[in-house]
Amino acid sequence: MGGSTVADALRCLIGSDADVVQARQMGRELASQLGFSPGDQTVIAAAISEIARNILMYAKRGEVQFTKISDGTRPGLIVVAEDRGPGISDVPRALQDGYSTSGGLGLGLPGARRLMDDFEVVSAVGEGTRVTMKKWKRVNG
Amino acid sequence: MEVPILKQGHYLIASIQSALSDADLSQLREKLIERVGKFRARGVIVDVTALDVMDSFAVRTLRDIAHMARLRGSETVIVGIQPEVAFAMVQLGLTLKGVATALDLEEGLEFLNQQGQGHGRLDRG
Repeated sequence: MGGSTVADALRCLIGSDADVVQARQMGRELASQLGFSPGDQTVIAAAISEIARNILMYAKRGEVQFTKISDGTRPGLIVVAEDRGPGISDVPRALQDGYSTSGGLGLGLPGARRLMDDFEVVSAVGEGTRVTMKKWKRVNG
Repeated sequence: MEVPILKQGHYLIASIQSALSDADLSQLREKLIERVGKFRARGVIVDVTALDVMDSFAVRTLRDIAHMARLRGSETVIVGIQPEVAFAMVQLGLTLKGVATALDLEEGLEFLNQQGQGHGRLDRG
């Protein structure tokens, strides 16, 4: 098989703050199975916690999907957080440190972005938001 | 998941046993602040050794606990931040500025005892 291989996605519905804990624990477990270091497992769990909380805060419900991937030499994890909430009108601004419309610390999205290798936000006002983030296992760690 | 709060001398020790949801963390904050008054506690130790993740909400809540407890006359020290949790916090850009931290419970107690010698001298005669 060439290119990247994609296994079945796992999903976690988000509708309560217990689901946020569940989502980050699922992410940590998968990262552990893929051989990520304990440090990176925690980094992934923290990023999931931030984006899953955003679903809860802004959209009330949504889901987080996890997909194990490989680029042929190293494994990775894709996390997609999707909701049909109000959407983000100004994505670049939402990615700035300290910007928050919820009274939070404004570290959710920018913080999660710093934690992951790839980070993409697609959002349409009135339709919802999809955050896709990726982390590769480090070769020496 | 309720966090047990023990009273030891003049101190309250909240020992987190597992991953906590946002609601659990908020409840811990309310309970601790109420008990600082009820037990006239001079110090609060929050042991986060078992906490899986320290994200923005957890950090904000711990900061709030420390600041609210200080307003009620009690010093707070956070103990047991694990190396990988510290690593993720730094990458997230989260700090516990203005909040005392110590390696573990023992160091936390030591810190509070030293604090007490400073301003508690008068009432200890």
